[in-house]
Amino acid sequence: MSGSVTTPRFKQNAHDALGDARLQRALGHARNFIPRRGAAVERLPEFEALRDSARDIKNHTLAHLDLYLEAYERKVTESGGFVHYARDSAEACKIFLDLAKARGAKSVTKGKSMISEEIGLNQAIEAAGMEAVETDLGEYIIQLRHEAPSHIIAPAIHVTRDDVEADFRKAHLHLPADRDLSQPEQLLAEARGILRNKFLNADIGVTGANFLIAETGTSIIVTNEGNGDLTQILPKVHVVIASLEKLVPTLDDAAQLLRVLARSATGQDMSVYTTFSTGPRRAHDPDGPEEYHVILLDNGRSAMLGTDFEDMLRCIRCGACMNHCPVYHQIGGHAYGWVYPGPMGAVLTPSLIGVAEGGQLPNASTFCGRCEQVCPMRIPLPKMMRHWREREFERALSPATMRYGLKVWAFFATRPWLYRASTDLAMRALTLLGRKKGRFSWLPLASGWTEQRDLAAPQGATFQAQWRAKSGATQ
Amino acid sequence: MSARDEIFAGIRRSLHVTGNEAPRRAAVAARLRGAPRGIVPARGQGGLPTFQSEALRAGATLATVASAADAPDEIARYLRDANLPATLRMGADARLEAMPWGATTLEIARGASDGHDLNAVSAAFAAVAETGTLALVSGPDNPSTLNMLPDNHIVVLFAEDVVGDFETVFDRLRARYGAEMPRTLNFITGPSRSADIEQTLLFGAHGPRRLHIVLAGVEAVGAAQT
Repeated sequence: MSGSVTTPRFKQNAHDALGDARLQRALGHARNFIPRRGAAVERLPEFEALRDSARDIKNHTLAHLDLYLEAYERKVTESGGFVHYARDSAEACKIFLDLAKARGAKSVTKGKSMISEEIGLNQAIEAAGMEAVETDLGEYIIQLRHEAPSHIIAPAIHVTRDDVEADFRKAHLHLPADRDLSQPEQLLAEARGILRNKFLNADIGVTGANFLIAETGTSIIVTNEGNGDLTQILPKVHVVIASLEKLVPTLDDAAQLLRVLARSATGQDMSVYTTFSTGPRRAHDPDGPEEYHVILLDNGRSAMLGTDFEDMLRCIRCGACMNHCPVYHQIGGHAYGWVYPGPMGAVLTPSLIGVAEGGQLPNASTFCGRCEQVCPMRIPLPKMMRHWREREFERALSPATMRYGLKVWAFFATRPWLYRASTDLAMRALTLLGRKKGRFSWLPLASGWTEQRDLAAPQGATFQAQWRAKSGATQ
Repeated sequence: MSARDEIFAGIRRSLHVTGNEAPRRAAVAARLRGAPRGIVPARGQGGLPTFQSEALRAGATLATVASAADAPDEIARYLRDANLPATLRMGADARLEAMPWGATTLEIARGASDGHDLNAVSAAFAAVAETGTLALVSGPDNPSTLNMLPDNHIVVLFAEDVVGDFETVFDRLRARYGAEMPRTLNFITGPSRSADIEQTLLFGAHGPRRLHIVLAGVEAVGAAQT
């Protein structure tokens, strides 16, 4: 498993993130995704129908996953590639390291891959004495900072331009100390130059896969920078590392999913490079890898099939849910404590690392429902977060104060007359107390709220009382 | 039990299947064989004009020439206007070979790139009007390194190869290559870019900084649109 997991400390992480002025400034950029996606969707009248189509394709694939895997494996083998199966992170890393050691590899370039983050591949490569170089600009930046990605498609979204300049000056000591790096273009040019050499001298290139195609034994990667392409066509060996649920039946099915992916992610109609790779280079090809390997990772996914969480396996990692999440906007990705942040992370993380470790994440939701509204795969994220909350409660993992509070609430809620009388009394008291300012900057038992913001004072009667009065008046 | 066997067993346990059910096998075989079309956006039916406007929108530049024989002149002009050296690397594509390169002063190199070329030209396998996307296939004709390593990538595209949608490109691939895909199929939509530094859009991240499309076989020879 990747790096250190701080998910159990989620509440503290979120608290720290809220107080981090630098992070709060950087997080403002995450909101830019919203209008971009909106404009792309607006331009495509078929978008909603494509979402249905995409959902149905994945559901069909998952229901026949064993058979599509067999077909996929057959095609990869026929085209001269190799498929390796890994039950968990450790097994996936071992398969990779065995391949790398047998080929005497020293340097490994990497395209952006969340699965590689999930299994902690960089740490494994470095522990084995090899060099792992992230080549996506955002991933390269966070690798220099020894950080995990804070967003699944914009891994360095928490980093400011000044941070990048400082990181580059610290890391690229062979370059003149007085060089000008004040413009983002200069930072990009410097990274391009340094990584170009890494690409040309790498022994193995590792990429993830956005999709795997059973019809042809093809893996697809989608990038804007072109780093994934240089990663796979220059070294002698291309290793794809992907999880089981990336599979789709046909090329045509992949086209359906591609049409919703970039629009949902960055608001582009298509990302710049959508690359289909099938096997190693052919006999007469002048370039491309001589070997092609696919490491297929399970890591808990086969056990999600047929459960309340199967829908999560449709996820295509576009990031739309976190781009539209008010909680993510406030705390950023690192607070979630592991690889996958935002609403999709809140659902997936407990499945992968266990509800005991990840159970707090599904509580970080206002259930506003925006994630489900924008999810191209129509994954019912709020419903699944509710499932996790129930499980956390059933397994007595939620904190004692919360469980006690719920018991007190249940006592009143199951006695409607008492509930009405006591809430009515409480509302009157709060209305009276708050009549001067119209809000509270401090309240007993509510410091968690009032430390960050005021609580609005009630305006008078309870909702139930108002509802009764309203329906009485209209009937 | 091997990892493979255990994963297959786990999937089948979760799905409550054995893997031998005839209807499931038939459904999978039918889909793989039939590759049913999904939702295809109407936008692609706009043909050449849609391709041109979408490609420009994606940040490519585009020039039209009446016939392939005019492509070398246009490429020489493009490089000159951009103050780029008159050098060019290309593969062995017969359609490129047939063009009158000798009529220009371009210095031509052949084969895959080792990363030291500023300019390269490829011939596209097809293009998709829907999104202004080029489709290029690997091989000696158009080595994949030419698509990615040079700073300036020029792509000659024949007007008859512009199709409406991705599905039509796939049909053409199946017709040309049969059961086996080429090693690499690159769908390219505009020049390389990154927004990883404070969401500022910058061109030329790792791939080409410029993508210039020479669309051949279009009668109305317009001035280059940049």
